[in-house]
Amino acid sequence: MESTNFIWDLMGKNLWSVVAVISLPLIFVLIYALVAILAELKVSAWIQERLGPMRTGPWGILQPIAEVIKLLQKEDITPTAASKILFNLAPYVIFTGAYAAFAVIPFSEAYAPANINVGLFYIFAVGSFSAIGIVMGGWASNNKYSLMGAMRSVSQVISYEIPAAVAVLAVVVLTSSMNMMEISRMQEGGFWNWYIFGGPGGWTKIFMIPFTLTLAIIYFIASLAETNRLPFDIPEGESELVAGFHTEYSGMKFAMFFFAEYANMFVVAAVVTTIFLGGWTSPFGSFLAGAGWGAFWFILKSMFVVFLQIWIRWTLPRFRVDQLMYIGWKVLLPISLVCFIAISFFSLLNLG
Amino acid sequence: MSSYLKNVWAGFYTAVKGMMITSRHMFKKSVTIQYPDEKFDLPANARNKLVLDMSRCNACTACAIACPVNCITVEGVRVSPEDPHQEVHADGKPRKVWVTRYEMDLAKCCFCGLCQAACPSDAIKHTQDFEYSAYNKESLYFKYQILTPEQSAEKVRLLAEFKEKEAAAKAAAAEKAATEGKPVAPKKAAPKADEASEQ
Repeated sequence: MESTNFIWDLMGKNLWSVVAVISLPLIFVLIYALVAILAELKVSAWIQERLGPMRTGPWGILQPIAEVIKLLQKEDITPTAASKILFNLAPYVIFTGAYAAFAVIPFSEAYAPANINVGLFYIFAVGSFSAIGIVMGGWASNNKYSLMGAMRSVSQVISYEIPAAVAVLAVVVLTSSMNMMEISRMQEGGFWNWYIFGGPGGWTKIFMIPFTLTLAIIYFIASLAETNRLPFDIPEGESELVAGFHTEYSGMKFAMFFFAEYANMFVVAAVVTTIFLGGWTSPFGSFLAGAGWGAFWFILKSMFVVFLQIWIRWTLPRFRVDQLMYIGWKVLLPISLVCFIAISFFSLLNLG
Repeated sequence: MSSYLKNVWAGFYTAVKGMMITSRHMFKKSVTIQYPDEKFDLPANARNKLVLDMSRCNACTACAIACPVNCITVEGVRVSPEDPHQEVHADGKPRKVWVTRYEMDLAKCCFCGLCQAACPSDAIKHTQDFEYSAYNKESLYFKYQILTPEQSAEKVRLLAEFKEKEAAAKAAAAEKAATEGKPVAPKKAAPKADEASEQ
């Protein structure tokens, strides 16, 4: 098997290459977060027929940098009644969880920081880190709004991880692999081989298309809930809970929550891209395929999913808590189970 | 069961429909006007900064009387016929009154437009200019003048001299009439106190 990390090929395995492998996703996260913040501002503005930031740099493209500088300058307050250690640790726990998930994301056929065999499982494992961080922050703040936001967040993440996991499991049934690089490689050869369109196979795969399409939508909806984005942002719920679990945070610690949210958005977008949208494979078969183009396609598809998340955020209002639980347990879970069973049945028949 | 599926479909369909609506708005022209760079047209009767055209003003004090907040101060003096300095008024006739003092305090102005309505010669007007904020009230106190203070004093002196001369001539005529015993046709009334009433 060819190498899946071009840095190992170029530099060999030594301390510097390890540092490079670790820092490349970090640099990517930081740059991506700035782009995503700008995209959030601009898309929200366009949807509301505004212009958005226009003063910082040409068309306001330096606005996210200005916002980060503003957050860095702010006073870093720890409430006196807060539990100091947990309070200060929480934002870094959340960011660690979001950043750790980048370890298995296959950016290109030549670059996945760690090409491990249980990549999808690992992403689900570290993805739940954010729930721990949110509970830590909410509890340690010693603020009723923070605590309520944290409790809501945990109930939400636990509820929505199940349909998400079932949706991912259905794809794992089709691929019989949890290695994200392998899953990407199986979808090579054009967009009709993507798992959102039933994956590679003969004409009989058209029976699977409705189920995989549904599962892709279900995973996308569940991922919105896992990242606490609107319409599932009841942990933050500005109109109900001030700012939810990060009510008491300010300055750099708030910025860490901010970065972690956007990093989490990219992680779930990368999972959607990898398991449903073909990962780094080109949508036109061997045309524009290759290691560099792979990274381009991967980031393009992921950014499209991030754009979808932003688009939904500025379209739909927030769910009530009971509606959220209804959708999670009574809509997404049964439908995803039906699709899962159907896909399992098809793959048992071995029609492909 | 069917109502459940119908509900789920309605939820999904309406969400997609909402997203279609927002996507349509995404490509519409923005309504934002980037104010200092772009300006929008005010309505034609917009009342903003008050501006006076001194070539039209007759110091009739109609504006000062109309003003409900007393922000206008006007003083004028009649042009002496013997004044070598004559000026053509904006309406084409020779100027009859020199405006010796015209001051308005825009910090007081309430933009009611009454002075504009009262002005018989369209001299005072609310313009479209609304960008005249200042850091102190003194810079909102506008003093208009076409004459220097020395010139103004000169005009007042000239008029007083002319009046004196006229009064003397009148007295002489009356004396003459008295001595000759002829009734004198009542002359045109001597100009009254020409100084425009001050607010």
